[in-house]
Amino acid sequence: MCKKVLSGFLIAALFSGHLSLAQKQANHGTDSLARHLDEVIIITNKSAAQKYEKPLGSIESYLEKSECVNMVRRGAYAWEPYVNGMASERSVTTIGGMRIYAACTDKMDPVTSYVEVSNLSKAIIHNGTSGASTGSTIAGSIDLQPTKAGFGERQLKGRGLLGFESNNGQKIVGGGISFSQPKWYVDVNTTFRNAGDYHAGGGQEILYSQFTKWNFAANAGYKLGEHKEIEASLIYDKATNVGYPALPMDVSLAKAFIGSLSYTQHHISSTIHLWETKIYHNDITHKMDDSKRPYVPIRMDMPGKSRTTGFYSKLVGESGNNHWISTLSGHQNQSRADMTMFANAPGQKDMYMLTWPNVFTNYLDAFVTDDIALSEKFSINISTGIAVHNNVVKDTFGLESLQIFYPEMQRSRTRVLTRASIATQYVQKNWAFKLSVSYGTRAPSVSEGYGFYLFNSFDGYDYIGNPMMRNEKSTSLSAGVSYSKGMLMTKVSSSVFYISDYIVGVPNPQLSGMTIGGNGVKVYQQVSWARIANVVADVNLHLSDNWQWNNNFGYRRGVAALIGNIPFIQPFSYSSDLGYKYKSYGINISMFGNARHNLINPQFGERNLPPFVVFNLSASKQFQIRKLPLMAKAGVENLADTYYATFSDWNAIPRMGRNFYLNLIVSFN
Amino acid sequence: MLSRFSSFLFLSFLGLIAFSSCKKETSTIMPVNELDGLQLASSFTDSLNGNIVSLFTPSGKFQTGYNDVFLQIKDKSGNLINNATITWTPTMVMMSNSHGCPASGIIKKANALFTYQGYLAFQMASNSSEYWKLTIQYNINGQSFKTNGVINVVPSTARTLQSFVGNDGMRYVVALAEPQQPKAGINDMVAIVYQMPSSFSFIPVSGYKLKIDPRMPSMGNHSSPNNQDLTQGADQKYYGKLSLTMTGQWRINMQLLNAADSIIMGEQITPSNESSSLYFDISF
Ligand SMILES: [Cu+2]
Ligand SMILES: [Cu+2]
Repeated sequence: MCKKVLSGFLIAALFSGHLSLAQKQANHGTDSLARHLDEVIIITNKSAAQKYEKPLGSIESYLEKSECVNMVRRGAYAWEPYVNGMASERSVTTIGGMRIYAACTDKMDPVTSYVEVSNLSKAIIHNGTSGASTGSTIAGSIDLQPTKAGFGERQLKGRGLLGFESNNGQKIVGGGISFSQPKWYVDVNTTFRNAGDYHAGGGQEILYSQFTKWNFAANAGYKLGEHKEIEASLIYDKATNVGYPALPMDVSLAKAFIGSLSYTQHHISSTIHLWETKIYHNDITHKMDDSKRPYVPIRMDMPGKSRTTGFYSKLVGESGNNHWISTLSGHQNQSRADMTMFANAPGQKDMYMLTWPNVFTNYLDAFVTDDIALSEKFSINISTGIAVHNNVVKDTFGLESLQIFYPEMQRSRTRVLTRASIATQYVQKNWAFKLSVSYGTRAPSVSEGYGFYLFNSFDGYDYIGNPMMRNEKSTSLSAGVSYSKGMLMTKVSSSVFYISDYIVGVPNPQLSGMTIGGNGVKVYQQVSWARIANVVADVNLHLSDNWQWNNNFGYRRGVAALIGNIPFIQPFSYSSDLGYKYKSYGINISMFGNARHNLINPQFGERNLPPFVVFNLSASKQFQIRKLPLMAKAGVENLADTYYATFSDWNAIPRMGRNFYLNLIVSFN
Repeated sequence: MLSRFSSFLFLSFLGLIAFSSCKKETSTIMPVNELDGLQLASSFTDSLNGNIVSLFTPSGKFQTGYNDVFLQIKDKSGNLINNATITWTPTMVMMSNSHGCPASGIIKKANALFTYQGYLAFQMASNSSEYWKLTIQYNINGQSFKTNGVINVVPSTARTLQSFVGNDGMRYVVALAEPQQPKAGINDMVAIVYQMPSSFSFIPVSGYKLKIDPRMPSMGNHSSPNNQDLTQGADQKYYGKLSLTMTGQWRINMQLLNAADSIIMGEQITPSNESSSLYFDISF
C-alpha cells in the first residue's frame, strides 16, 4: 500500500512542475502516511552529511536498511534479497519496472547485483503478497528506480566519486555528467570498484572474496510535445573475478545489458492523468569459474544466460475520490545453463548436462489498484491482478533428461496466477493505523521447476526441479500503528504469511547424489503449509535540531510442515543510531546486534550462532573548494573488530572485521 | 504470448507440409532406400556361379560385441534376389581352439524387398594370426548355395560384451544391442543372453533377468534413477530402460538371474564394492 501512496506523490510531483528527485524526497516527508508506512529507501542523496549511510556503500548495504529485507550473503559481492524472510524466488525485483531474471543457477547474481548506487535514486519495497504491478509474488517486490537528469532549466551538472575501504583495499572511482534542457536531457555515469579479499574480525583473511565491478548507465529524454515525451535508458554492468568464499566456485564474468525505451503522456483527460509505456530488453551472461580453487574433486564449466524482453503500459487516473493505476505488462524470458565436468582420467569423455534446459517463460499480466479516500482520515485501497504464466522447455536434451524423473512431463505448461488485496488506512491526529489482507500466488521458479542437479553448498544436496508442481499460494495479514508527537516518532508493524503448497527441497534417499562428497539429492516438493511472521518496531527521537536518535527492532519466525524451522529467518535484532549535525559537520555513532540464532534448521545446513553486537562510527563534512561543493565522509565499521556471522551468512562465513573508509563526492553545476 | 502464437502458426504450417508430402510418398515403393544408413562391410563372390553376397553394417565395420548385419544377394547378371532363405555360421579360427559366436536367424528387413537382416556378437577381435570366417548358406528357388569369406573384426571402443562361466558352471555370452547411440534421458536398453554348451553351440536363454545399475565411476560412482531391469521379449532378446542423467562415461553394472531367480553372475554395488564383475561400459 505504501507504494500507492508514493506513486501518488510522484505523479503529484510530476504535475507540480519539474521537481528534482531531491525535492520529491524532501516533499514526501511532509505526508504523515508516507512518513510512517512507506518502505522507500533513498539512495541518491545530495545532502549526505545528514544521512548516516555510507554514500558509496553497496546497493546491498542500502537494501539491508529496510525492515522487510534481509540480505543473504555468499561473499563480499551480490547479496540475495530476502523479502519478509523469503528467498528471492518469492519476490519480484525490477529495475525501473523491468523484469530481469538472474542467470546463475547458484544465485550468485541476484538482479540487485547489476546496478550501482550512483545510478539509482531509490528502492521502492512493496511489502506483501499483492499490490505489486510488476508481477505475481508471495513476499513482496523491490523496484530499483534509476536516477535520470530529467527535463528542466538549461543546466550542466557533474559529479565525481572517490572511495577507499581499508579492510579489503576496495577502491571506488566514478563520475557522471548530466545535461538538462526544457525539451531534452541526457546523462551518463559510471562507477568502478575493485576489492581484494576482506578480513574477518580478528584478522583472518577470507579467501576468494575479491571482486571487480564496472557499471555504466545512460539516460536520454526528448519532449515530443508539451505533455508527451520519450525516454531511453541503458545500463551496462560487468563484474569480473568475483570470489564467493561461501561457495565452491567463483565467477569469472557476470555481465548485464539492460535497455529500455518509454513513451509518457500526461494530462490526457480529466480522469486520465498519465499514460506510460515502456518496452525493454535485457541480456545477462554468467560464467562460473573454479580455476582459482586449488582442490576440487572435478573441474567444471558452468555458464548461464538469461534474456528477457518485455513491456508495460500503465494508466494513472482519478475520478471522484478514486485514484487508480492500471497496468498491463508482459515479458518473455529465456534461461539456459549447462555444466561440463572434465573427467580426471585422461582419454575419458567429459560429462555434460543442462542444468537449466533452455526454459522460456512467457508472462502476461493485468493489474489494477485503486485508492479510495472515504474521508479525510480514512482511506481504502483495493488491488487485483491476474496473470497467465507459461513455461516451455525448448531444449530436447534437457526435456529428456528431466523425463527420467517425470516421464509424464510435457514440454509446455501454462498456469493462471491471481492476486488481490484490501488495505485500509486511518489517520487520526498523531496516530496512523494500517490493516491489510492479501492473497497471492506464484509459479515455481526456473530452478524449482526445471533445475537439474543444482548443488546447494549450504545443505550439501543436489536439487532436482519438479515441473509437476502446483502454484504456491499465500494469504497474508498485516497491521501497523504509528504515533508521532513532538520529538517522538514511533511505529510498530507486523505481518503474517500463511502459505499453502509451499515449495521446498525434500531429501529423497532413493536418489544418488551427483556431487562428489555431497549429502544426496533433494527434490522440490510442496508441503501443505508454511507460516512466516514478521514484527518490526521503530522508535525515533528528534532530540533537537542537531541530534537525532533512531532505534529499530525486528524479529521473524518461520515454520513449515515436514521441514520445521525455515532457514535464513532473522532472530531478534536491533540497531541504534545516534547522529549529530552542526553546520556542515555530521557525526554518527551506531550499533547493530542480533540475539542468538538458535531456531535453526540443521537439515538446511544452519548452525547455532552466538549473539553479537558491532559498533560503527562516522564523521562527515561539506567543504567548498573553489566554489565546488565537496562532501567527505570517513568512518570505521566494526570498531571492536568483532568476529561474527549472522543468520543470513551462507555457510556461516564471518562478516567483515574492522574497516576504515573514506568517501569523497565532488559536484559542480 | 506473441511467440506462442507464432510458433502455433509455424507448427500448423509444418503439419500442412508433412501432410501433403505423406500423400505423395505412400503411392510409390522405394527400393533404393533399403540400404539407407548402412555401409558395405564385406562381400563374398561365389566363384562357382558368380553370385555376390554383400554384408552391410551401420558403421561399415564389424566390431567386437553386438553387430546388426544386413545382407543382399546379387546374381551374376546383377539382379537382387528377393526370395532367398539364408543361414550363417561364424567361426573364429584360432591357433589352439576355434569357436563360434552368438548368431541370430536371418529374416527379411522390415519394409524391404531385397535386404535381409540378422545379428552377430563377436567375443574377440581379429589379429594377425587369428581371424573370423563367416560361412553363408542360402537357398534360392530350391537350389542351395554356400559361400564363405574372412571378415575383419575390430575391437570396439567400449566394452559391450562379456563371456563368462556363471555360478551354475555354464558358459554364457551377454552383449549390449541397444542403445547404440546413447542419449541423456531414458534409453531403451536391449541385450542378448546366450548359453554356450560347447564351442560352436550358442542358445539364447529363456526367462532370465538382467538387473542393471548404471554408475559414473569418475564422479563418485553416482547412479541414476528410474532404470528398468531387462526381461525377455518375444524375439528372445532382453528389454529394459536405462536412464543416463548426463553425457560421459557410464558403467552399466549388471546381475544375471536365471528363471529361478538365482544369481548366475554379478554382484550388487555397495559403498565397498564399486563395480560388478558383469558390466558394460558406455561413453557418449
Ligand atoms: Cu554462478
Ligand atoms: Cu556424472
